[in-house]
Amino acid sequence: MSKVYIALQDNEESRYIVEAIEEDNPDVTVIYQPAMIRIEKEGYLVIKRETVEEKMGRDWEIPALHVNLITLGGNVDEDDDQISLTWNN
Amino acid sequence: MSSKKLNLKDKYHLLTRDLEWEFSYRDRKEIFQQEEFEGIKITDWSKWDDPFRLTMDSYWKYQAEKEKKLYAIFDAFAQNNGQQNVTDARYVNAIKLFLTGVSPLEYAAFSGFAHVGRQFGGVGARVACQMQSLDELRHVQTQIHAMSHYNKHFDGFQDFAHMHDRVWYLSVPKSFFDDARSAGPFEFMVAIGFSFEYVLTNLLFVPFMSGAAFNGDMATVTFGFSAQSDEARHMTLGLEIIKFMLEQHPDNVPIVQRWINKWLWRGYRVLTLVAMMMDYMLPNKVMSWQESFEVYFEEAAGSLFKDLARYGIEMPDYAADAIAEKEHLSHQAWSIFYNYGHAAAFHTWMPTEKEMDWLSEKYPNSFDKYYRPRFEKWREMEEAGERFYNPTLPMLCQTCQIPMGFTDMENPTITSYRQSVFDGERYNFCSNGCKDIFDYEPEKYVQAWLPVHQIYQGNCGGADMEDVLGDYYKMNLGSDNLDFHGSPDEARWNSWHNLEPAEDKLKKAS
Repeated sequence: MSKVYIALQDNEESRYIVEAIEEDNPDVTVIYQPAMIRIEKEGYLVIKRETVEEKMGRDWEIPALHVNLITLGGNVDEDDDQISLTWNN
Repeated sequence: MSSKKLNLKDKYHLLTRDLEWEFSYRDRKEIFQQEEFEGIKITDWSKWDDPFRLTMDSYWKYQAEKEKKLYAIFDAFAQNNGQQNVTDARYVNAIKLFLTGVSPLEYAAFSGFAHVGRQFGGVGARVACQMQSLDELRHVQTQIHAMSHYNKHFDGFQDFAHMHDRVWYLSVPKSFFDDARSAGPFEFMVAIGFSFEYVLTNLLFVPFMSGAAFNGDMATVTFGFSAQSDEARHMTLGLEIIKFMLEQHPDNVPIVQRWINKWLWRGYRVLTLVAMMMDYMLPNKVMSWQESFEVYFEEAAGSLFKDLARYGIEMPDYAADAIAEKEHLSHQAWSIFYNYGHAAAFHTWMPTEKEMDWLSEKYPNSFDKYYRPRFEKWREMEEAGERFYNPTLPMLCQTCQIPMGFTDMENPTITSYRQSVFDGERYNFCSNGCKDIFDYEPEKYVQAWLPVHQIYQGNCGGADMEDVLGDYYKMNLGSDNLDFHGSPDEARWNSWHNLEPAEDKLKKAS
């Protein structure tokens, strides 16, 4: 199974997004590199708005991810409640 | 009026698809003149979907937020004399290469996407290209702005746009984009949306930028990551257009496969510059070129091709050639630039003993066997006051325009050399990939503006190297070029930090 991945800038907002990703994707691998955090997982990874809002303690919408996003790999599917990355192989 | 908030999907449809109108008194073919000549068959543009479903209003909102963060950091970097806090002044040469070699490509991408965005018959694709075009313009502007601060304190930044159009090694990235922009709109999307965004930018903007951070360059890492956050969208667009073409008609599959083969190789050859930036120009090392290549090329492209297999798309044969070169590429590239350090607008140098040890450790199969002995010889020559500069001009590959310095991976001491004859003339290539690309469209590639040929033909200012480098390229000879050791950059750096050059210390001791 191929790995999907997402890299975020290592900053205050991303910390909560990473916490939310870890909660919603139990087998995720989080790698800290200078100035960035790379998160990878086999096949599928999801970021849920509700979980991020809970971690941040405020409203947050999915397109706000772009502000801290560096790169990603996988097929993207986005709606109001979540964004997911998938490789079906 | 209902005050109910639209959901993302509905909003995306209203603000993209519903911008389309029917053409009542003109033929569609007359309006979208470039849509058919490449042989790509589109039966239903409405099947196009932008996975990010980004609308213009949220585009402006989040781009504005990115810009505010970015410029706050540029200001802080400049106000706090950030240029003095990078690891050492050699690092800044990677940034010179970035400004002269990469930033002008952002401008070329801006113009390219503005052009193809006009040519596509589908409104979803047109809106996505418009946003990408604006992104690219933002990238070139923020990069020039960030690096303008270095221009106040270091040599080699002053004439980047002029140099991009003329200097021999800058013809490598320039010709890549010229090749893409002179292709049809669908091929451009495979070239830039797929090859450049999906394969190349990740290697440049992720591990190299992480390296910039690790070397104290707050301004560069910030523009790099800020640009790459747009690239994440561009990569998604690149993948989308490929899937869209493949799903529209089975006749598109072989055409797309040929473009993928071509542009994956073209993009990889441009990465040669990034390979040496990673291994030789970052004093503090994050990861080697080989390690980055394995994560962002082999693993990422491997996943992608497995995903595209259901359409009948295969990994190009040239990928194996690229993988075979991963233990050699950066060392061969740095050797070429060290040879021609007098003709480059940035400084070159031999790695320190400690840096060579790192290279030996990261490249156990290749560095000690093929490169370290040569580098130690060059270092000896330099210490004896005979720093080696190659006085001849190199033969260039007709396709990628890189000097023919790559070797055969079966036998890494023999130059890799291919040739083709077209219309009675012989053309030279560095690899099977470059030769095949030429052989398929020789009429296009015989027109390549090869810098060495142009110099010999007298089209670059004059007969002497000083005329070419100084007058035609506009290099400030003696300060922009030559070895880092003994350069004005080094002298300024030493004076900021109260350091003494090694030679002066020796003189005092003796």
